[in-house]
Formats: sequence, C-alpha cells, structure tokens
Amino acid sequence: MNRFSPFKYSMILLVLALGVIYALPNLYPAQPAIQVAYTDSGKSADQALLETVSESLDKKSLNYDEIFLRDNNIVAKFFSIDDQLSAKTILQRALLDEAIIALNLEPTTPQWLKDIGGRPLKLGLDLSGGVHFLLEVDIESALNSRLEAQLNSYRKTFRDQKIYLANSSSKDMTMLFEFKDAEGLSSARRILNTDNIVGINGPMYSITENSERNVLSVEYTDASIKEIRDYAVGQNLTTLRNRVNELGVSEPVVQRYGSNRIVVQLPGVQDPTAAKKIIGKTANLEFRLEAKPNASRLRKEEFAFKDSFRTAFLEKNIVVTGDRVTNASTGFDENGQSQVNITLDMQGGRSMQRATGPNIGRGLAVLFVEQKSKSEIANDDEGNEIIIQTSYIEKKIISLATIQANLGNSFRITGVGSPQEASELALLLRAGALAAPMKFVEERTVSPSLGKENIETGFRSVVIGFMLVVLFMALYYRMFGIAANVALFSNLILITGIMSLLGAALSLPGIAGIVLTVGMAVDANVLIFSRIREELKTKDPQSAINDGFSRAFVTIFDANVTTLIASLVLYIIGTGPVKGFAITLSIGIVTSMFTAILVTRSIVNLVYGGKNIKELKV
Amino acid sequence: MNNPIPFMKFRKIAGIVSIALFSISVLTLGFRGLTLGLDFSGGTLIEISYEEPANLEEIRSILIANNFEDSQVVNFGTDLDVLIKVADQSGNSKLGNQIFTLLQDQGLPGTLKRSGFVGPQIGAELRDQGGVGMLVALFMILLYVAFRFQYKFALGAVSALGHDVVIVLGCFSIFAWDFDLTVLAALLAVIGYSLNDTIVVSDRIRENFRTQRELSDPQEIIDLSLNQTLSRTIITSLTTLLVLFALFIFGGDLIRGFSLALILGVLIGTYSSIYVVANMLMSLGITQEDMAIPEPEGADFDEMP
Repeated sequence: MNRFSPFKYSMILLVLALGVIYALPNLYPAQPAIQVAYTDSGKSADQALLETVSESLDKKSLNYDEIFLRDNNIVAKFFSIDDQLSAKTILQRALLDEAIIALNLEPTTPQWLKDIGGRPLKLGLDLSGGVHFLLEVDIESALNSRLEAQLNSYRKTFRDQKIYLANSSSKDMTMLFEFKDAEGLSSARRILNTDNIVGINGPMYSITENSERNVLSVEYTDASIKEIRDYAVGQNLTTLRNRVNELGVSEPVVQRYGSNRIVVQLPGVQDPTAAKKIIGKTANLEFRLEAKPNASRLRKEEFAFKDSFRTAFLEKNIVVTGDRVTNASTGFDENGQSQVNITLDMQGGRSMQRATGPNIGRGLAVLFVEQKSKSEIANDDEGNEIIIQTSYIEKKIISLATIQANLGNSFRITGVGSPQEASELALLLRAGALAAPMKFVEERTVSPSLGKENIETGFRSVVIGFMLVVLFMALYYRMFGIAANVALFSNLILITGIMSLLGAALSLPGIAGIVLTVGMAVDANVLIFSRIREELKTKDPQSAINDGFSRAFVTIFDANVTTLIASLVLYIIGTGPVKGFAITLSIGIVTSMFTAILVTRSIVNLVYGGKNIKELKV
Repeated sequence: MNNPIPFMKFRKIAGIVSIALFSISVLTLGFRGLTLGLDFSGGTLIEISYEEPANLEEIRSILIANNFEDSQVVNFGTDLDVLIKVADQSGNSKLGNQIFTLLQDQGLPGTLKRSGFVGPQIGAELRDQGGVGMLVALFMILLYVAFRFQYKFALGAVSALGHDVVIVLGCFSIFAWDFDLTVLAALLAVIGYSLNDTIVVSDRIRENFRTQRELSDPQEIIDLSLNQTLSRTIITSLTTLLVLFALFIFGGDLIRGFSLALILGVLIGTYSSIYVVANMLMSLGITQEDMAIPEPEGADFDEMP
C-alpha cells in the first residue's frame, strides 16, 4: 500500500524537472548592453553600422563581451555598467545623429535554454521603472470627419451628374440629402446603391428614403462603424509605434487595449514629459504647390527628395497638412499602373479644391516632416566635453506629381512606380498623421530607483514569509512537514518556471500573489495531515495515510476551484496590477494542487510506502 | 462523541455580533463612504523624495498660493518622502509635471519617485468594473457551490463572503484608509480565501450528515464538524497570517493597503467560516435529507406517461 508506480514517479519528476529548467534562466544575471539603431526608421542596422560600433569601441580600447546584429539593432554587451555607460558616450560621439543609442539589460540565458524557449521573467513597470500611458482614440471625430468627406464627395458627384440638391447636411452620424425632385432622388439612390459596397460584414451604409419630401438619409451601419474604428485604432497604433521607436527604448509596449484605447509602456524612460511630447505630436505632412520658375525667392523654398539627391522649389504656402488626411491606400489605375488613393477630410478637401482649381498642370508635392535631434560636442564651464542635443525639424519631399484635374477631398497620385513603392508612399502618407485624435487618459511613472526598491522589498517579503512557513511546518508536523516544505519549494519553482515560459510580467502585486499562494498552498497539506491524524484513531498507519489523502482530495479540489473562479474573474475585470496579481494567483492555485497533493504524496510514499509501520507521528 | 467546544451554543451571540458588525459597516459605507485612492477617484498624484525631512506646511502653502487648493500633502513611508494628491477632475494630464516644476522653482528640489494621472472616466470605469467583478465573482461561486453542494450551503457561503467583504470595507471606511486597485484585488483574494475555509467546513458538515447516522441533531453534527476542522482552520490561518505579516512589515508602502486588507479579511474570514456558515445552515433548518446522495436519475421516469 501507498506506493506509486515507477511511471507515476517519473511523470512527477518530469514535471518538476521542466519547472526547474524553465525557471533556470532567472539564475543567470542580466548583462549591461547597448542597442544601436539607425535614426532613420526606414533603414535597418547593417554590417557597416556594426563595424563602426566595434571600431569606435576598439579605438578607445573599451572592453566588450560581444557585438552582433539582431533584427534592426546592433547589440553590444559589456562586462560592467561602467563600461556600458562609457561606451554610450563613445558611441554617441562617434555616431552623433546617425543612430539612436539605448541602454538595456540583455539576458545571459545560455543558447540551449533559449532553443527550448527559456527566458527570464519579465519585470513589470513598477519593478523596472518607466512610464505607462493610456491613450484614448477619439472615434467620434474620426467618424465625423469621414462622414464630412463622404458628404463632400457626394455633393460633387451629384453636381457632375446634374442631380440637384435642395439641401444637404451631416449631423449625428447621418448624411441628409434633400433633392429638388423625385427624379433626382431616384438617380441619387442608384449612385448610392452602387457605392454601398457589401463587404464581409454586410453593407457599408443603411439608407432610408422619404419619397414625400425627396429626402435620403444615409448612415454608417454598425459593422462599418466597427471597421472604421478598427482602422483608426490600427492606424494610430502604427503611428505610435513609429514615434516610440524614435525614443530608443529597448523594449517598448504599444498595444491596443479594449475597443478604442492604446497602452504605451516605456520601461526605463525617466522623463515622461519628453516621451509625451514625441508621442503626442501631430501633423507631419504638408501638401504644397511646386513654385513657378519665375516665382520670387521670398515665396519659394528648396527641399530635397527623401530617396534621391534631387531638389525642388516649392511654394511657401501650405495647401493642406497631414492631419487632414483620413486615409491613404494603394490601388491600380485604368492602365494597371500603381496609384495611391488619398482621402482628406472636409476642410482639407475644400482647401485642396481651392488650391488646385486654378493650377491644373502644375506640380503638387507632399512633404514629409520629421522632428529630429542633432547632437554636438561642446565644452561646458569646467572644460569637460559634453554632448549638446538640439532638436530641429526636417522636411523632405516624398512625392511630386502633376495636377491633372481640380482635386477634392479624394484624389489619387499616379505614376508612383512599382506596387511596392506605392505602398511605401501610402504608408508614409498615413504615418504622418493620426487617423483620429487621441488624448492621455492615464499616466503612471515609476523611477528606476523606486523600481529597484520594490524588487528588494518584494523579494525580502517572499523570503521571510516563506522561511516562517517552512519553519512552522517543520516544527509542527516533523517528517510530514518536511515533505510539505519540499512541495512548497517545488511550487515556487513551478510558478517561476511557468511565468517565465508564458512571458507574463512580474509586478509588485504579482509578488504579493506569490506570497499569498505560499500561505495558502500549505492549506492543502494541513488538510491532508489533519485528516491522516484523525484516521489514525481508528485505522492502521498505512490505510490512514491512504484514506487521509483521498478523503482530503475532494475538499481541496472544491476549495481550489472556487478560488480559481474568483481569480479568473479578477483576471477578466482587472487592469494592470490587478491582472498581474490574478495571473500569479491562478498559476499558484494550479501548481499548488499538483505539488501539495502529488509531490507530498510521493515523498510520503517513498518514506513510508510498503513498510510495516507500528506508530506514525503526524 | 465528544465536542470539546460547543460552538453552536454561542451561535445567537455570534449572530448578533455579525449582524452588528455588518450593520455598522453598511452604515459607515453609506454615510462616510470610502476614501478612494487615485485609481478610482481620478486625479493626479506625485511622490517626491527629499534629502532632508520635508516641510509639509511649506509645500502646502506653495500649492495653495498657486491655485492648487484641492490638494493633499502627506508623508509616505518615511518623512523624507512626500506624496501630493490633487483631485482635479478636468482630465489635465500635465498637472503632475506642473507641480513638480513649481516646487523645484520654489527651492524644494527633490527627486521624482513616481507620478500618476488617472482621467476621470477611467476612474469611474474602474469603479464600475470593480463592483461588477465582485458581484460576478460572488454569483459564479454561488452557482458552483449550489451545484457541488446544495443551495442552503451556497446561501451560507455567499452570506459569509458578503459578510467578510462588507466588514473589511467597513474598516477601510472607518479608518479612512486609501481604497485603490490593490485593495480591490485583496478583497477578491479574501473572497477566495474565505471561500476556501467555508468549503472545507461545509464539506465536513456534509460528510458528517451522511456518515454520522447515530447523531440526529443537526446542532451536534455541526459542532462535531467544526471541532474536527478546527485545528486545520487555525493552522492555515496562522500560516497565511505569517506571510501576510511578512508582506505588511517588509513589503514596502505600496502594498501595505493590500496586506492590511488581507490580514483583516483572513481574520474575519476565519471567524465567518466557523460561525456565519453554520449559523445560516442552522437558520435555514438543514436536515439529514438535504444531504442525501441524489438517486440516480431516470429510475422513476419509466412510470411517467
């Protein structure tokens, strides 16, 4: 009695071994490192940059561990934080504005562990320090500006088709067209119907007709509202990612959160104001007319093209800025050539119409505007060399095309080259502006020193709590207590292993969750042991052990399932810190069931199983 | 059968105590309400660390002189750290930075340890989510317990949980402790913990109703079950309290509210698993028949027309 088959033992050992393996990466200390990437987000790091980095470090004979290329970055690892910091100064001086240099900590997980997916625990912002922003995308205004743009383009279409409108307006997400006669109404209805593309989610508009008053009211269907919302949020995500990349943060998080919010987390960033400035900036596109050859110097400016050494003179007047662009996509023209379709909002459309009408045949350029910073080496008051950063604005031409017709709020640029070049242009056009305005609705900053303090206090409380429980169990239950302690210890390892494997971030409440699990995990063992103690009054030791375990199991199961329900609810409704707590608690409940029942049992079986025991002390 | 402690003898007193504590808590929650932390109230918070003990009065007067009347200035943890909270509802996310620069300009240069801004609608959403989450959790637990045990147990379990949560909330209201997201998480953990206890006791009561055929008085059976589970109840509470006190003392200021809520919750939860559940079962008139293992279904169905 009370013996496990060798198979069962090996399964338990296998699970524990996996836990140990995946918890292992946490034992390798992180190594100070530097990430270098080109400032120009279109350019990815290459061999040339790698050589520049290693040469500049060699020249100053600075020790480094290794330098390699990864994704779009050059990563250089160092043996000490001092080396890392002086390397940063050296590289900043050597590369100046060519590259973005970010400090980070590289895990030193050995290759064989990486190959099987091992990685150390990620730290939450409260432990690593950094800033957290929650931005809300104003969908309402994205919808309104789209509707305005639509309204304008229909007005134009109707005018071209000689359909006469008595009145037209847009409000409350609805376009209203009042026609002069029934004939106008029916031909407009035909146009609208052909326009009303039926996508996978059904038609784009729902159209209602009032034939007595010759009125058509057109509104977006719920499906197309959802589509527009997804587009706007997705577009803003891309723009934010590009902007965040400019900050040179090593592991930024830019994620959609709920239906219309975006979370931005920048670990290690200490200055939220600077970060906010970059994230929140707008209008990076300008549409300008090409200057007439005889224009006065005062009215024109020379700009370079983004992808060539050519330059062109443009008028100083800006026709439309990028925040008026509501959409830009690629397509093909009648001849099968690539083109880029651009949609502007109402105001943008009106300005475009005014500017292009009298200027057919002239060139229209799109300028890409980027905020950049320039570094210079200078001496401070004490004669030390310092690097001074000044920010400036760079404007380059991304497209220069001839105006073929009077443009409204939706037009196209043809002759843009290959489909790939077209989609790059569309991307740049979109990247310039946000699809919908955003505002900050939540912001949290934790300084790196506070993060470090939090790790220390958190770690200390786990260790102290754990020691107290272990001591108590060993004193109170002796042999059984030791078995329970082994189980408890394996529980901690399993929790660490699973959390590392899942890539779940450990936060301060997460540590609290682990501490709590330690306290509660003992409960299962206490239940089993008190049950065995009771059974001993009437039964022999072997059957007491057996019945103790099996009777207690039902109770443990029910108790844990209900706690799991509570923690799942916590996970679903919770945000940030609460979610972190719920994750560790849920994982802890599952692993504690395994360790408290099976691991304890196997130790007890190993010690007592199959032996003839006269007296059992619990 | 010997029952060293006749728990149910005192059930009336315990019932009165519970009802009294519960009513006091509901009253104070109704009249005083909770001191909502930043997460729920919305607004701006900054924590600044100074080299020397900070003069709170000076900071307050600077803030008031600069039109930040609606601000709280307190020490946080040590007297070197100052926590400034502004309950601004306009949704201005630049406030924290403004205050920090203002203080620096006024000759109080410290280091910014952390800052937070929660927009008004986020605060409101978190409040709603928290409340709804609590109710959903309670309801799902009610269903599970009703399914695994019996509805009288489910009612007992849920009233025990409600009892614990409301009394812990009452303590936070009376002592005006900050109620933030971590405390909410702690309350849900209290639900989990207290439930654990309740299930263990209920499980034993159910088992004894089925096996102890010689005992017919429900009161005796409940007393027997409570005594049998007593040592386990005490030891588990003890080990959990050990780690919670470690967390409370060594875990830093940020999770003090969390550990405090849990310590209270574990203490009250331990009491409620002994008295509230058993009391409810007694009042609902639990009988041996309630515990009968249900007959296999379908046996009688053949005779149905």
